[in-house]
Amino acid sequence: MRMVPTRHSGARAKPASPESMTTGRGYGFRPSPLSRLGRNDATERKGLTALSHERSASEFAHNTGFAAALRHARYILSENAVTGFAFALFLLIVLAAVVGPYLVPYDPLASDTAAALKPPSAAHWFGTDQLGRDIFSRVVVATRLDFLIAVTSVALVFLMGGLAGVAAGFFGGWTDRVVGRIADTIMAFPLFVLAMGIVAALGNTVENVVLATAIVNFPLYARVARAEANVRREAGFDLAARLCGNGEMRILLAQILPNIMPIMVVQMSLTMGYAILNAAGLSFIGLGVRPPTAEWGIMVAEGAAFMVSGEWWIAFFPGAALMVAVFCFNLLGDGLRDIVDPQRRT
Amino acid sequence: MKAMTQPVPLLDVADLTVEFTTRRGVVRAVEHVDVRVGKGETVGIVGESGSGKSVTSYAVMRILDRAGRIVEGAVHFTGLDVRAASEEEMRDLRGREMSMIFQNPRAALNPIRKVGRQIEDVLEQHSQVGSFALTEKAIELLDQVRIARPRERYHAYPFELSGGMCQRVVIALALACRPQLLIADEPTTGLDVTTQKTVMELIVELTRERGMSTILITHDLGLAATYCDRVVVMEKGRVVETAPSREIFTAPSHPYTRKLMRATPRPGVSLRDLLPEGDVGPRPATPQTRSAPSPLVGGGSSLLQETRPPTLTPTPSPSPHGGGERTESAARLRGNGRAPLLVVEKLVKEYPRKRLGGRFAQKFARNPAPEPETFRAVDGISFTLARGESVGLVGESGCGKSTTSTMIMRLIDKSDGVIMFDGEDIGAIPANAFAKLPLRRRIQMVFQDPTDSLNPRFTAARAIADPILRLGDAKRREAVRARCETLAAQVGLPLHLLDRFPHQLSGGQKARVGIARAIALNPDLVVLDEPTAALDVSVQAVVLNLLQELKESLGMSYLFVSHDLNVVRLLCDRVLVMRAGRIVEQGPTAQILTSPQAQYTRDLLAAVPHPTFA
Repeated sequence: MRMVPTRHSGARAKPASPESMTTGRGYGFRPSPLSRLGRNDATERKGLTALSHERSASEFAHNTGFAAALRHARYILSENAVTGFAFALFLLIVLAAVVGPYLVPYDPLASDTAAALKPPSAAHWFGTDQLGRDIFSRVVVATRLDFLIAVTSVALVFLMGGLAGVAAGFFGGWTDRVVGRIADTIMAFPLFVLAMGIVAALGNTVENVVLATAIVNFPLYARVARAEANVRREAGFDLAARLCGNGEMRILLAQILPNIMPIMVVQMSLTMGYAILNAAGLSFIGLGVRPPTAEWGIMVAEGAAFMVSGEWWIAFFPGAALMVAVFCFNLLGDGLRDIVDPQRRT
Repeated sequence: MKAMTQPVPLLDVADLTVEFTTRRGVVRAVEHVDVRVGKGETVGIVGESGSGKSVTSYAVMRILDRAGRIVEGAVHFTGLDVRAASEEEMRDLRGREMSMIFQNPRAALNPIRKVGRQIEDVLEQHSQVGSFALTEKAIELLDQVRIARPRERYHAYPFELSGGMCQRVVIALALACRPQLLIADEPTTGLDVTTQKTVMELIVELTRERGMSTILITHDLGLAATYCDRVVVMEKGRVVETAPSREIFTAPSHPYTRKLMRATPRPGVSLRDLLPEGDVGPRPATPQTRSAPSPLVGGGSSLLQETRPPTLTPTPSPSPHGGGERTESAARLRGNGRAPLLVVEKLVKEYPRKRLGGRFAQKFARNPAPEPETFRAVDGISFTLARGESVGLVGESGCGKSTTSTMIMRLIDKSDGVIMFDGEDIGAIPANAFAKLPLRRRIQMVFQDPTDSLNPRFTAARAIADPILRLGDAKRREAVRARCETLAAQVGLPLHLLDRFPHQLSGGQKARVGIARAIALNPDLVVLDEPTAALDVSVQAVVLNLLQELKESLGMSYLFVSHDLNVVRLLCDRVLVMRAGRIVEQGPTAQILTSPQAQYTRDLLAAVPHPTFA
């Protein structure tokens, strides 16, 4: 029963003070008793001679494929209602982004000066702005644009930062140094100012907002990916893959990358909120998306002037939508982390 | 405390049941366990992984995981009801009255604090000595655990000490407050046999001299029987046998104890003896595969019938490196009549030595630092390996045996020397380029840790298919799958397990997947890097037998790297004993084990725990 170094040896290597060692409650350095009771042992004990087909067949039938994923998700949700809430909220946002524009009661761009600056009412749930546009419709329609900016920028940064980081962690040496210095350079700027600069320099378009958001997030992804890949560089399965005739690139993409995907997914969810905020922030100061397009940042910017005169709803509702979206992605990230963390899979 | 019976045991665990709440419902880790430890007694708890031996000790210390709880039974320590005690009382008890030594000494020490300070922390916590005497007391403790130059070592950080040294520091920590009960949870599992011997003797001596009681938790029946007064054998959370160690070793009464005894490699038994009585054919799949190779065996059927060593017919290899490339040196080697499969000559691996200390003082030293010296991990070793032969490479950690095997595997480059494989100088090919050569398929490896060597994201079938897809001939999906199934049958892995992920397989099953992957391409040479070190003894017995059978049926050669002479003996024709990068002794297995020439070999043999009263 040799202590097998696991991928998550980080937890075990955690400094365990002598105090906690003798007084017990130190987590980490002693193998969880559960790991010794795990599903493995029953068969092991019997010895391989008695690899009982019947036991395994029935017991693991539910343990593979889609059903298992569902079971696991349900377990996590039942244990953590907040994650369930976040998932529900996420579904709502996706729904608003996909079908919202077809469902909203008013044209988000149509102005109606007769109904300008009306507070929330039965006809206009979130009220109207200075041009008489329905704020509810605009908030819902804006979801698609904001969501799209966030998703594409996160996807882009995953491709750039994630892959660069994995390569840096895996190859080390020069690759590592170059990626590391790029990340350091980006981190040397206040991120929002850097994003402003990039959009200002490259041109005031939505694509450049996406690009700028991706670039400022680059160090986060590169570092997480680098650390994860670095740990796995010397893993046994890696050597085994080399013995099987896999080239370096193939090991990187087929062996290492799938193993760090769960962590990257968590990272993506967490940065999604930031990406939305960043895009809205850029729009707020007049970069990126331009009026009259419905976008949360612009709407907040437009409504800000009316706050003083008491027309709070113009800025409030898009701001609330923004907050809910960011909140949702952060909760989701926490929930996903729980789901992918094997330490919590007890 | 009032005596209920005569005499009062120091620790009385009665009818203990511990349950863990998991997502699959409640798991009973320990059921109705009774353990009694008298004053000054050493009790061994023996069992394989999952037998509940550690959980029992955690319950005694009340350091169970959040998910675990004691549902039944009682634990009395010097009359105190541990179940009912408050957390505060327990905190006071742990460390001062009972303490624990853990399996991995390095993980149990705080890496960024000096070891002396860590001992002081414990003393301070239980206010054993006044603060002015702390340092002296800590040094005294280090001295007691036989750490040389304790005054200097007081300032050492854990990473500066060897594994055995770290374990000594952990023992010093555990004994700092003179507890009445010491629980040692696999205290020597990660250590070399010679270190194991000194550490165990130290524990026994110190506890005896202080009249302490000890619980030794181990999977090694031999170790328990050597050092304990009584042995408790656990299986599946239950105590199956409790007896004085002499009785348990000479006349085990429970079938499980007998099975454990049989499976433990020891002098004077053969591989087959390790398997449980009446278990002649270890795998139902074997006779089938052998007598009537299924039509699915793509090109491998001829190999299946091939007989072992004396036949010098080279394994038919489909790779194009056939005759023309055979160099003159190959011809020279063949000229001797028996051409060895592998010839290693004066192999050297050097690493640049890290500057010692690395302190600031050194960095700012006036003289420029001298050129970093090199450290020779492997220092000019030479040996040969004939076709169909098994050679054991034995040595303790750090002796260079793994470096040697990875060089032969062409995973790292050599510094100097020659590695000839079947007449080709493979040592000259850079490790990076070797991965895609056709030669690659002829040298494969079984890794030490079956869990670590399987990609957690790949199913068993995908793992076995990897070499076939990359280097094999079969490219079509069905053909690859068929080959995987044949291999699974050969290694005795039930076919329905092929679609599982590593975490859904047991240790033994993972080992089988690793072996299947290694033999997928019908290699000529398989390097076995401690293939059973991470397995329970009963599983080890089965895996060793499997390896032997595969060798006989496929005509492979093995280079068996291990620290355990007893295991090597079972599988190998010849043994090389390595120490500090050099081969100190080599020869036929029987000769090395019965009449070792080198002192080091004798030490190794003597360090293996075997009870003397057998």
